[in-house]
Amino acid sequence: MTLRDLKLFLSANRGPLLALFVFVVMFSVFLHEHPRPVSVALLTAASNKGVVLALMAMAQTVPVLTRGLDLSVGSIMTMAACASSVVVHGPPEQAALGVGIVLAVGLVAGVINGVIVVIGRIQPIIATLATGAVYFGIALWLRPTPGGDVSEALSNALTYATLGVPTTFLLLIAVLVFVWLPFRRSVLGRGCYAVGSSEGAAYMSGVAVARSKIAAYTLAGLLAALAGLLLSLVALSGEASAPQAGGYTLNSIAAVVVGGTSLFGGSGGMVGSVIGALVLRTIGDLLFVFDAPPLWQPLFEGVILLLAVSLGAARVLRIKNRLELFT
Amino acid sequence: MAAAGDNAFLRMDGVVKRYGGVTALDGVSFACAPASIHAVLGENGAGKSTLIKIIAGVVQPNEGRVVIGDRPVAFASPMDAAREGIACIFQELSLMPDLSIADNICITNPPTRFGFIDGRAQSRRAEALLARVGCEDLHPLEPVKNLPLSRRQMVEIAKALGRNPRLLILDEATSALTAADVKKVYKILGDLRQEGVAILYISHRMHEIKALADTCSVFRNGRHIETFTQGARNDEDIVRLMIGRELKLVYPPKPQRTVPAQPALEVRGLCWQQRLQDISLAVGRGEIVGLGGLDGQGQRELLLALFGVLTDQQGQLAIGGAPVRVSGPAMAKSPKLGMALIPEDRKTEGLMLPMSIRDNLSLAALSKLSRHGLVDRAQEATQVDEAVRSLAIKAGDLDLPVASLSGGNQQKVVIGKWLMTGARVILLNDPTRGIDVGTKQEIYELLRRLADAGAAILLYSTDYDELIGMCDRVLILYDGRIERELVGERINEHDIIAASLNLSRKDFADGAVAEETA
Repeated sequence: MTLRDLKLFLSANRGPLLALFVFVVMFSVFLHEHPRPVSVALLTAASNKGVVLALMAMAQTVPVLTRGLDLSVGSIMTMAACASSVVVHGPPEQAALGVGIVLAVGLVAGVINGVIVVIGRIQPIIATLATGAVYFGIALWLRPTPGGDVSEALSNALTYATLGVPTTFLLLIAVLVFVWLPFRRSVLGRGCYAVGSSEGAAYMSGVAVARSKIAAYTLAGLLAALAGLLLSLVALSGEASAPQAGGYTLNSIAAVVVGGTSLFGGSGGMVGSVIGALVLRTIGDLLFVFDAPPLWQPLFEGVILLLAVSLGAARVLRIKNRLELFT
Repeated sequence: MAAAGDNAFLRMDGVVKRYGGVTALDGVSFACAPASIHAVLGENGAGKSTLIKIIAGVVQPNEGRVVIGDRPVAFASPMDAAREGIACIFQELSLMPDLSIADNICITNPPTRFGFIDGRAQSRRAEALLARVGCEDLHPLEPVKNLPLSRRQMVEIAKALGRNPRLLILDEATSALTAADVKKVYKILGDLRQEGVAILYISHRMHEIKALADTCSVFRNGRHIETFTQGARNDEDIVRLMIGRELKLVYPPKPQRTVPAQPALEVRGLCWQQRLQDISLAVGRGEIVGLGGLDGQGQRELLLALFGVLTDQQGQLAIGGAPVRVSGPAMAKSPKLGMALIPEDRKTEGLMLPMSIRDNLSLAALSKLSRHGLVDRAQEATQVDEAVRSLAIKAGDLDLPVASLSGGNQQKVVIGKWLMTGARVILLNDPTRGIDVGTKQEIYELLRRLADAGAAILLYSTDYDELIGMCDRVLILYDGRIERELVGERINEHDIIAASLNLSRKDFADGAVAEETA
């Protein structure tokens, strides 16, 4: 790798690297200030909380790359969690079938989003706002009141540690390696970047624009369902909570931005979004170790989000040609 | 058709294309042969773009048919056309700015291994293609958005070559290129012709067509007027076919000056980053001063600096004799300074494409047209109508989006928008790039009228002819400095080229002789 390659790599990954730096600093402070010494249990608890949001941020990343947005990810997650509380139980084979059903539900929801955006030519923000409401309705229908029964065996298998590493964290890495990396290197994944960078140019270059966009929303639905499944395994029940669904949707967008993916599409990736999600999650933990009143959490989250985004925008200060601000 | 006989690669029979009530192509029959460079000529709005779009599968004809070999084809999308070996290099670049050069070059058909894109193979392919167009210095992983316009255009050409086209269409593909790049492109096109590729070449530059084309077709008002062998007709004839009337004098006469013009814009010792070095110049009232030189020698930056877009500049600027420090476009256009900048890229810096023609025209002058923050609609309407009339903008309805106009008319809107502010110092960045002869002449006359009315005009042009025909003085920039100032008889092609290449006159004269004898 030559120096020029390295420079290009750094400039292409400035966003995620900055977010990683912020996360390392915050998490070090958290571990340092934490009353108990660092233990596997402590990391596992942190991971279980962080991974759900990380998966949601990954889900949000792909539509954002195409210069879209998916406001239904929170509802798909909730719908999947409620479905999980209905079907994921019993003997292993039955639970496995249930997992398959839950993921399929997310996949179908994602395909519907994609088809409405592409074939219906409706703006993603309004299309997914509408479908999100529908999916939340389905979640309420599945689970009108909180409760249900989720396979404890599966929960135990996934929410503790394997060989000293939190299992949910391993799952997250596995999704990155086996879903994101292949997708990024696939023709469809390339199509998503191309569409987000310049849809007209992508069309003129013969890129499969419609297929790429549908793939983006489908992958978002699938990953949101996986997040919902994990959520139900951690809580051991399902609940159709509107504030939770909305909160996860908005935080997923925040995490994507903190992780360096451009809302204008075409640049960024899931690795950054995962780091962005971990940054957001660590804020709450930091407030906890500093004994700050929990009421302050939203305020601090907002401030940190602004700071993180400003770091990414710091390049603006170096620009001497103001026209470049707008390109 | 005379030149493209029965062995045509692609034929069109009676093709009609209508957009709403406007007929863009009216029963066009056309053919292009393999192993031949076929130039397509016509004013903007003559139907050239629509012709290309149909061949490239971007739009579908309402009537008529397209035949490849002896097989009728119907392209539903650019992908279908690409499968038949048709590759297009569009005037509006079809590159994705966030993607790397290699990603862009291989976007249609990336090399794959086990179903995934093979990054190494892709970089190798991109490197090979970049070398073929003489751009070995570009790194395949560099994002396209980091490249200047001329490099992007070369990447675009490499991308089209990478598809091994059987029919290659170039739509004003050389408009942003440097002279050296144009030579490379000529060479590549010559090689492709030998390999049997059919080439459609659209250009407004007659000397390019003379140097390249085997066959020419002229279009006018959506009709195919005539096809002839290159050389069978002289310039006069071709221009007459294109516009259907005699075009006598292209450039308005320059005024004779007895007393030096009263200075309107004065610059002393302007420096910015490493890109502008110690620039001093003055433009007087009623003067048209040209900026020349090779592409990318700081001309664009100079205009942006004067307009206050660049921060951290050194040097002094005076407007109408009073020293000023321009903080940005808002201050530059204020009635006190009265500056206007007609930008290079009308689609991004000049126009709000989805907004109406009317809104675009009045946008820069809104502060003049409003009272207490409210736009005076009646006054706006009067002034917009006035601008439309004085610029002869051909528009059906002023409430249509400006994107619906042809390129030449869009450019008129950009110019009109700044004239409405009553600007007294007018900076123009290559205002006639990619527009037709008729509109060009109208713009020349307009500029001269403005100058005669007392405006100071600084005109950057990549077209030597334009500098020679239009300017009272020409400043040649080289590497961010003013290399030479040409006045009177010295404004000629030889001197301009010599100064652009930073050669003394004598060097150049010798070189030219050597080239001619070689």
